[in-house]
Amino acid sequence: MISSCLSNSLLLAQEAGNSFWTGRQASTTAAAVDDVFRLIVAVVAIFFAIVVCVMVYFVIRYRHREGVPAEKTATHNTALEIVWSVIPLVIVCVIFYQGFMAYMKMVTIPPNAYEIHVTARTWAWSFTYPEKGATSDELHVPVNQDILLLMRSQDFIHSLSIPNFRVKMDCLPNMYTKTWFQAVETGTYDLYCTEYCGANSDGSEGHATMVTKVHVHERADFDEWLEKAADPVGDRPLHVAGKEFFQTNCSQCHNVNGTAATGPPLNGIYGKTHTMSNGEEVKVDENYLRESVRNPGKRVTSGYETARAMPVFPPATLPEVKLDAIIEYLKTLE
Amino acid sequence: MATISDQVGALHETPASGSNYLNCDKRIWSWVFTLDHKRIGMMFIVLVTVGLFLGAFFAALIRLELAHPGTTLPFMNHDFYNRVFTLHGAIMIFLFVLPAIPSGIGNFVLPLMLGAKDVAFPRLNLFSLHLFVIGVVFFVLTLLLGGIDTGWTFYAPYSIETHTAVTVALCGAFILGFSSIFSGLNFIVTTHTLRPPGMSWMQLPLMIWALYATAIIQILATPVLAITLLLVIAERVLGVGIFDPALGGDPILYQHFFWFYSHPAVYIMILPAMGIISEVISVHSRKHIFGYKMIAFSSIAIAFLGFLVWGHHMFVSGQSPLLGMIFSLLTFSVAIPSAIKVFNWLATMYKGSIHLTTPMCYALIFIFLFGLGGLTGLFLGALATDIQVHDTSFVVAHFHYQMLGGVGMAFFAGMYHWWPKMTGKMFNDKFGKINAALMFVAFNVTYFPQFIIGSRGMPRRYFDYELLLDKNPEITAYQMVSTAGGLILIATFFGVFINLVMSLFNGKPAPANPWGGATMEWQCTSPPSQHNFDKPPEANDPYDFDDIKYDAKIKGYVTVQ
Repeated sequence: MISSCLSNSLLLAQEAGNSFWTGRQASTTAAAVDDVFRLIVAVVAIFFAIVVCVMVYFVIRYRHREGVPAEKTATHNTALEIVWSVIPLVIVCVIFYQGFMAYMKMVTIPPNAYEIHVTARTWAWSFTYPEKGATSDELHVPVNQDILLLMRSQDFIHSLSIPNFRVKMDCLPNMYTKTWFQAVETGTYDLYCTEYCGANSDGSEGHATMVTKVHVHERADFDEWLEKAADPVGDRPLHVAGKEFFQTNCSQCHNVNGTAATGPPLNGIYGKTHTMSNGEEVKVDENYLRESVRNPGKRVTSGYETARAMPVFPPATLPEVKLDAIIEYLKTLE
Repeated sequence: MATISDQVGALHETPASGSNYLNCDKRIWSWVFTLDHKRIGMMFIVLVTVGLFLGAFFAALIRLELAHPGTTLPFMNHDFYNRVFTLHGAIMIFLFVLPAIPSGIGNFVLPLMLGAKDVAFPRLNLFSLHLFVIGVVFFVLTLLLGGIDTGWTFYAPYSIETHTAVTVALCGAFILGFSSIFSGLNFIVTTHTLRPPGMSWMQLPLMIWALYATAIIQILATPVLAITLLLVIAERVLGVGIFDPALGGDPILYQHFFWFYSHPAVYIMILPAMGIISEVISVHSRKHIFGYKMIAFSSIAIAFLGFLVWGHHMFVSGQSPLLGMIFSLLTFSVAIPSAIKVFNWLATMYKGSIHLTTPMCYALIFIFLFGLGGLTGLFLGALATDIQVHDTSFVVAHFHYQMLGGVGMAFFAGMYHWWPKMTGKMFNDKFGKINAALMFVAFNVTYFPQFIIGSRGMPRRYFDYELLLDKNPEITAYQMVSTAGGLILIATFFGVFINLVMSLFNGKPAPANPWGGATMEWQCTSPPSQHNFDKPPEANDPYDFDDIKYDAKIKGYVTVQ
């Protein structure tokens, strides 16, 4: 398993647009960052090799031998000391300059960038598209387009990191921060929180679960996605849209054919009376269905106490209009 | 003129027959209220060793948990993991890496190297020890209260709002800070006022230059941390509103205050370590240190420049790009004096007669590991690459190469180098070297993989990486390798202390000068008497080994006139 994982990592290095050290180069600035990275790798490798080889050579060549004393050499050499101070000084100036130049590209936001608002909270991301008023918990963007992220946190300091775009910027509660990128290829990439932000008291969620995806679409696909995200129901009847949302969000754990799965079956439940795990009898109406989605831990159906806990679906994950549609759909089922 | 045998007789009292600082008074309160810098140093060494193993325990939990995706240890979850890594960092930094060399080894060695009876303020020295113990008590209390979960960096606003024992822990850190400040004050005054006649500043052993530069940082930087911690406590307890935006404060201000101390703090950690390496390399190569003046001045330069670079921890914090540019430029300046020292140490070894004793092995390991770790600092100082690796495992690997591969290895080198002087016993050198070699290999196996997963994006302080495996499936293998190395590494720490403690029972008696050093501590007995020297030694070149010859009869070196 180890060898296959290691060979996997070597494979990653050989694909086009990839760096062994930093991974896929999926944004316009990634190549510049990787050039600086490779410059430093070269400097590190050369100097490290020199130091280690000289050290090992000296240890072998000048190891203590009986009757052979140490030789008295000069205890300082001004010329040598100047040389080995000035050369590293010049090299670090070059590294600083290259790092600075690439950095200026990373922090200079191009004009007319497409603006997306980012809200960070414990422990999830929320992306809002001011153009259409859509909200999503995954970041969708069009390819070959400058994207400006205007970011803020609702609570603690978080940090938005997209390694494949070489993007990272903290999200603060008291001010907006900005960063930008332009994706060069369609695909899906990881987005992490990289500023430690705690965990909940039962330890089920925390900093390490604040992970989401970036989807880079062709322009036309992005526009289509945005329309749907802004108006997920569209022109169709609410319950028809609800069936689609049910399939996307609920069907992994609930089915509609009467059989129990991870969660109870949801066909024909509207209007019925259900028993909860604490013995309470509850009428299945719109409010109960809403509570089951927004606060599923509050009341658990009898028989499902030991099943995997249902995750919370806050509005950022399941907007109000989708919840309404799902409830409508469930009302149509027998 | 005294003959060799006269001098041997005068300098070499066997510990069994003579009274020394360890056995001159055996009552417990003679230790608790001692004014003897040697006893104080040894007690610090015991305390920091406990800190090292306690920190290592939490490290073992981290590595065991990260070996597999998902929850690996049965009792582990996000919240518990957060406490584990916070305690690992806080304990290691405050109870080991910061105090071990200055307050431990430094206390023992500094007055001896000056041919002095003690430090300038022995009572203040005792107070530093007592403050340290009180700080430890606060840390133990923190553990008993369930620990803290803020990360050792205590960033606001999380540190203001979390319900863990932050206030108790910060009180402990505050008190430990004063232990450090008073120690620094003591060492500066001692160096200025207690040099023997004829010892100019340019004849000070480099260990003393290192401790002196460290002391400057301790005095100037630590109060900033103390005030910052007080402000956090005030905000938690009184709701003042300095850092927490919910109360009208600024969280970036916290970061500036915190890092203004905590960056110079890493130079408090490394400067004394470099002092040890200068001593060990010179003595065990039987060669005068090369570039004495540059090494001395570079210690002062590092102390000064270290105050100017704190913003390199904050490139993505929301501070302005202009500030980022300034800090990046200044950060590279501090790399140069460190590089100079490495070259000077290599030049010292040139044409020497190198004895591969255990302390020398640790010094060579230091050059390798601190050298590599220091070079990886270039990625972090350069703006563009820092964006990629900030807050990832890459940073974790970098600072472990510096703190453990650097300070840790130098601590072990110093412990082995001065153990015969401290205890009057010789340790098993072969066991020491094998353990050192194993430690070296295990160290690289543990930390090098973390560079690679870090630059590919693996964030630090993550309890789990299951969500990352979709795009980076190789992370599991690298983590498993790192854990295997880490467990062996911890075992080699035990190896050091088992070796040293066993020497107390089985070790051969140590001569006054087992390694042939020319600094003054080698001219008193091993272990020293309570008052160190019967008469103050004459000032000399601390790296001139011409008159120091090996005497097989006593298995040690003697000074030949």
